[in-house]
Amino acid sequence: MKRMSTDVLVIGGGSTGVGVAWDAALRGLRVILVEKRDLTHGTTGRYHGLLHSGGRYAVKDPQSAIECIEENRILRRTHAHCIEDTGGFFVVTPEDEGDYPDRFKAACAKVGIPCEEIPLREAFRREPLLNPRISRVFEVPDGSADSFLATHVTAQAARQAGAQILIYHEVIDLLTEGGDGDRRVVGARVCDVVRGEEVRIDAAITVNAGGAWAGKIAAMAGVPVNVIPGKGVMVAVNHRLVNTVINRCKMPADGDILVPVHTVAIIGTTDERVSDPEMLTIEPWEVDLMLQEGDKLVPGLSRSRILRAWAGVRPLYQEGYTGESRDATRALALLDHRRRDGVAGFLTITGGKWTTFRLMAEKTVDKVCEQLGVERPCLTATTPVPGAEQGHYWLGHRLHEVEEARLQGDLICECELVTRAMIEQAVANNPTVTLDDLRRDVRLGMGPCQGGFCTFRAAGILHELRLHAQETQAQTDVNGGPPWNVAYLQSPRHSVQTKPAAFNPKVSPLDNPNLLLRDFLQERWRGLTPVLWGRQLKQERLDELIYLTIMNVDHLPEDGEASPLTEFWRFDAAGAKEDGQ
Amino acid sequence: MAPVSWHSVDLTLDECIKCNICTSHCPVSAVTDLFPGPKYVGPQAQRFREGGQSRSPDHSVDYCSGCRVCNEVCPTGVRIAELNARARAQIVAEKGLPLRNRLLGRNELLGKLGSFAPALANFALHNAFSRFMAEKVMGIAREAPLPTWSTSGTFRDWLKRTRDRRLKSDKKVVYFHGCATMYYEPFIGKAAVVVLEHNGYEVIVPEQNCCGLPLLSNGEFNAARTYHHNNVSRLAGYARTGLPIVGTSTSCTLTLKEEAPELLDYHDEPATTLKLGTYDIFEWLRELYEAGELRTDFQPLPLKLPYHAPCQQRAHRIGKPALELMALIPELDLAESHARCCGIAGTYGYKVEKYQIAMDVGAELFEFVKAQGQDVRYTACDSETCRWQLEHGTALPSRHPIEILAAAYGLYDLERRDVVAGKR
Repeated sequence: MKRMSTDVLVIGGGSTGVGVAWDAALRGLRVILVEKRDLTHGTTGRYHGLLHSGGRYAVKDPQSAIECIEENRILRRTHAHCIEDTGGFFVVTPEDEGDYPDRFKAACAKVGIPCEEIPLREAFRREPLLNPRISRVFEVPDGSADSFLATHVTAQAARQAGAQILIYHEVIDLLTEGGDGDRRVVGARVCDVVRGEEVRIDAAITVNAGGAWAGKIAAMAGVPVNVIPGKGVMVAVNHRLVNTVINRCKMPADGDILVPVHTVAIIGTTDERVSDPEMLTIEPWEVDLMLQEGDKLVPGLSRSRILRAWAGVRPLYQEGYTGESRDATRALALLDHRRRDGVAGFLTITGGKWTTFRLMAEKTVDKVCEQLGVERPCLTATTPVPGAEQGHYWLGHRLHEVEEARLQGDLICECELVTRAMIEQAVANNPTVTLDDLRRDVRLGMGPCQGGFCTFRAAGILHELRLHAQETQAQTDVNGGPPWNVAYLQSPRHSVQTKPAAFNPKVSPLDNPNLLLRDFLQERWRGLTPVLWGRQLKQERLDELIYLTIMNVDHLPEDGEASPLTEFWRFDAAGAKEDGQ
Repeated sequence: MAPVSWHSVDLTLDECIKCNICTSHCPVSAVTDLFPGPKYVGPQAQRFREGGQSRSPDHSVDYCSGCRVCNEVCPTGVRIAELNARARAQIVAEKGLPLRNRLLGRNELLGKLGSFAPALANFALHNAFSRFMAEKVMGIAREAPLPTWSTSGTFRDWLKRTRDRRLKSDKKVVYFHGCATMYYEPFIGKAAVVVLEHNGYEVIVPEQNCCGLPLLSNGEFNAARTYHHNNVSRLAGYARTGLPIVGTSTSCTLTLKEEAPELLDYHDEPATTLKLGTYDIFEWLRELYEAGELRTDFQPLPLKLPYHAPCQQRAHRIGKPALELMALIPELDLAESHARCCGIAGTYGYKVEKYQIAMDVGAELFEFVKAQGQDVRYTACDSETCRWQLEHGTALPSRHPIEILAAAYGLYDLERRDVVAGKR
């Protein structure tokens, strides 16, 4: 068995885990992070993209609100290019009566959130589709965030500081030593999912940042951690109905946020306590509710083209809490299992929100340092990650670059303007095991046709890369240019101006692109079934004709084999069978 | 300029299923890589544009000629050409407009100015030196088929001159002549008037403005709004009393019917009344014919006539009424063109960077005309700039179908382009 050792083992490649790895590495600790799938495979990659100003929690949860506004200010500097400065409105609709708006304004002032009531005319000028019956509008510094990119560049920053980030490495067991009352976690046994190898990692401290899966990880050390998995359903609208984050000015509830992220607007969310973070189904009432509530913000939203619905699970935590997940605190929770359970060398960090991931990491690593007996200050609040010099992104940035660099002929995903070079660079430089990994990297298949026209093209490119690996290697050796930088993952221009991609099967195995094609289609389909009507149904009929009628993909010889993405859709099919019986 | 909204045009981006049918039919992207195609610049790019954004992300939309072939073939109803026109207007609002495009957008003004001394104006514009300078200084292609001013007076001059001879009748129709008829080709208006009068209709020609299309296609929406507002206030009253407003320029009538209200988001009662009361002249004549009220005393016209229904005519979605009515003329041997576009697309082909694209687009049509043989004397087409382009590309004179109809009634001389003496 391969054996590795480190100061800090971080479990979980979401925003929090990656933040911990970055922070610990900056403080000079040796760090290994393991993630069972791709970075942001879990909740980080399935959230609505809101960079909170804290306004949402100002009345109900002032501690969360303070954390949010402070982190909002920091992330705008350290992760500038992962954020769009949309600004945010809190709007009072006819249903939001009572004294909440005034309490809201006072609470914002109290916790230090800049909040200004703006004239209605100004609000409607900026957002003409807003419900005309809105009576008051407050402006706050909300934003929207690209959590895929942010996590990738934070991981890159961690790597540059010496951390090792191992994706597709799943924890099989935690290693413990000692008996009752004197137990300690000394690392983990993990499985390299791609190579099918086991690896033993010895660590002075193990940080459990497993998010919704944190309870399962903790259980491996015999420690009970009752994460409250709060499922949130989100629905994406085909284009940006608004360019400002729109919040209802009332106690947080379901379907009261509309977030413009890249090319779509996302209405969210529900909050349902679920038992299993893997097996998420989306109920018709949840989609209905989102659309109904969406209409209160932008009348007509429910009749616009709905692209997709999906769900993420909030890893909420409240010691001893048994109530509804909606009312559980959003504050971060750092569990020191030595003090709490008598198990040393083991911390769990959970709760919180994307906006506060850096703070969560800071507090965690403070504790790590304390337990290791070292005294080193946190540097993340003042250290920009790679690429932050680009400044905030804007909606048109991709189109602008494609136009300026004349890359119109190289588009593979036309909806989201993903070029061939972007895909090749992502595959060459980032471990790519499924096409869904490419989606998280470059937004492949996230637009209106939901993979209809790009999945077969991308699969073709993977075939080509695999077959011509040596040629591309030779070409790369000849053609110089600056190295490709993950911080510019989203940049069409960067991908052609840097050293050409050379496919390396050790980075991305890609043994069977046909299998990846099938799994990606299934994954896309899964998010479409809850919203299959109207225009999106027309689209899917065309996609169906392309793949099932012309390409006959449901008779690919790979049927029966599995990629790491297979589990994501297969339980659905299994569930359907049970229902049928 | 209205930002992204529930605007009828903007909303159609959601109809796109990415099928690429528009891209495979686009006559412009077929001949140049400078235009990435209607899907790309239309519904696709639209998702990356933000209402009121401080900078426009794209520029290749400027190579859209606005021919509307994409709209014609789109199976789901995306208003691609209009999305493009609105995107261009946003770029213009942000970056301003070169003098050339300002000039080309104002053909009414140019028409008026030249008409003070048309012979001088023609000489000043149509000599090798001026055209060379116009290309160098302003970017107007020196070979492009610019019109000549009428040296026999404007259409309105003719109306005044022949006031006493004009038919008075209880049956009335309102005529929208457009700028080209007014200043460059008064004979088109004459042909229309004599055809309408021959059928017993008194022709009312109210004061009118340029329809605004050249401004719309060059992205000057505010100026176009003023023109359209004037036309609405002068013409809606007639429409409200039930009088049809007919036009010989398919692009002017399309603008009144659809382009101006849609692009400018101009949907008040008078604008809508005007929109519903406006007809392409052949659309309306066909209604007369179908009601058995069109005179069919046509004389034989032994001609081989290639007819091209221009893009702006096809955009009316009314079939090809000119073709149907010309088919009634004895001995007229019609050949219907299925070419997508002549290339000129209003003022597109006048621009030096687009001239060759326009000629390459038109090649399909020019080839079609050539294939009709040596004995073709004229081509026919409803739209003025398309006729000029056809003449430029084929070296054959081109006629409006209303001229053909007038000639078949024995009222009009196709060669001299004038009403026959003694026939009103």
